[in-house]
Amino acid sequence: MEQYFDPEVECASREQITAWQNDRLVKQVERVYNSVPYYKKKMDELGVRPEHIRGIQDLHLLPTLTKDDLRDQYPYGLMAAPLSDCVRIHSTSGTTGRRVVAFYTQHDVDLWEECCARALAAAGATKDDVVQVCYGYGLFTGGAGLHGGSHKLGSLTLPMSSGNTDRQLQFMTDLGSTILCCTPSYAAYLSESVNERGLRNQIKLKAGIFGAEAWTEEMRRDIEKGLGIKAYDIYGLTEISGPGVAYECSAQHGMHVNEDHFIVETIDPKTGEVIPHGEKGELVFTSLTKEAFPLIRYRTKDIGILYDEPCPCGRTHVRMSKPMGRSDDMLIVKGVNVFPSQIETVLMNCGYPANYQIIVTRANNSDRIEVQVEMTPEMFSDSLSEVAGREKQLVSALKAMLGIYCVVKLVAPKSITRSEGKAKRVIDKRNLY
Amino acid sequence: MTVKQISVFLENRPGALAEFTKILEKSNIDLRALSLAESEDFGIVRVIVDDPFNTIQILKDEGYVCSITKVIAVEIEDKPGALVKMLNILGDNKVNLEYSYAFLAKKANSAFMVFRVADNDKAIKVLTDNGIRPICHEDMEELFK
Repeated sequence: MEQYFDPEVECASREQITAWQNDRLVKQVERVYNSVPYYKKKMDELGVRPEHIRGIQDLHLLPTLTKDDLRDQYPYGLMAAPLSDCVRIHSTSGTTGRRVVAFYTQHDVDLWEECCARALAAAGATKDDVVQVCYGYGLFTGGAGLHGGSHKLGSLTLPMSSGNTDRQLQFMTDLGSTILCCTPSYAAYLSESVNERGLRNQIKLKAGIFGAEAWTEEMRRDIEKGLGIKAYDIYGLTEISGPGVAYECSAQHGMHVNEDHFIVETIDPKTGEVIPHGEKGELVFTSLTKEAFPLIRYRTKDIGILYDEPCPCGRTHVRMSKPMGRSDDMLIVKGVNVFPSQIETVLMNCGYPANYQIIVTRANNSDRIEVQVEMTPEMFSDSLSEVAGREKQLVSALKAMLGIYCVVKLVAPKSITRSEGKAKRVIDKRNLY
Repeated sequence: MTVKQISVFLENRPGALAEFTKILEKSNIDLRALSLAESEDFGIVRVIVDDPFNTIQILKDEGYVCSITKVIAVEIEDKPGALVKMLNILGDNKVNLEYSYAFLAKKANSAFMVFRVADNDKAIKVLTDNGIRPICHEDMEELFK
């Protein structure tokens, strides 16, 4: 039996969804135009006025936003509500330069948690379930989003945060967790640990919601088999609210976008032209209901496909595929966003040349990132401890910048392959898409 | 009263040292001492050769990162306790060794110790005050005739 959190919304007719979107888009555009000078400027530059937007058919007239706009307007430039109405922030991983801070009013938190509650319900969670949340808590939206969703649903919520596997397994067995929420790589790791320790018949898990990083169908099967559960995907980004922008149902074929709160489009990343559903394009989201940080036509750089076909689960909201790649060079490693330019900045700050190669691999469902750096006369010394000490400093600086541990490998000068005079910076061997 | 040592960055992979020595062979460079230090992902090979300036030019042309370091080389008598005596002199005078290795010369019936210290002048003074004379690079010529 398919479960819903809010069946009237989740299974609303297409006409109803369109009516909500038309109404909310018009109001939202008018609101941001009048309260965010940056939007006003961008719209004025294109000669678009709020009255030109009469419904979703006019959405394409509006300017798009990218992470650069967010960075440019950091921290308050895109706020559409007074700071005094805000109750929380969340932030993306990354450097000061790349960091995005999103603000939430209580209304924004509520709608976000509602989206997460829908995702949990679709995975079969009810008020009788025990939801173990081992996404990180803090600035990262993972922990807070699923935590709030679980509350909304009335489930018993275990705010575990990430790591400390011994404790995770203890609570999982002692308290009989039935729903697991974490990154797919951590789920795979937990699955391994459960089986290694012979705990398989002591756990009561029935489903898991795994997101924040790319994972394959093969990995899904591994996790499902290892833990004896059904594994559900979830999609979201801090800029738009967090996890729960879209979520998978029992059909496990694409994630339903919460269309009463967000409009999703696919565009050609080069021209910006809107691409019809069913074809691959860059996913673009518009927030219809958020108050504090309502992004209009935000380009995610994630490439995906939208599916209109009716879903056997009964939900009517459009589905999006798993992200099938990126239109920029961002990598997601261990659930953390990594831009090669961040690594370049660290190398230069530490005195290394900007000639490097990033090699990402995945073994046993766990990511490993190696940064190969060429040795230079300036960084060399006859003393091993001196060279190794500088290498350690580099590892620490990368950790500080990216939030994850990178393996650094010093290589001989000019040993990093260059094709047509330009080095290939990233080698991702994970075959994620 | 120092000897010129060449330090070279090597990747930690099979064949890296062989490739390096191949270049010395090709260029007819006479190797007098060699010592290797390694970390997880790289190594530093330290060598003493007959013509350091020529060698470093050749290595640079071949794309190696290398540097010249002045180290102290001291003759040690071939009898038990000789090394201890020497190390005690340095230790008692608070001369810290960064690294050290040994080599044998063709002509002398004795061994030589190489010391890398932070302050060469101080180490030389300590040694000469105790009647020990570190050799110069030019002395090497005689030793390897």
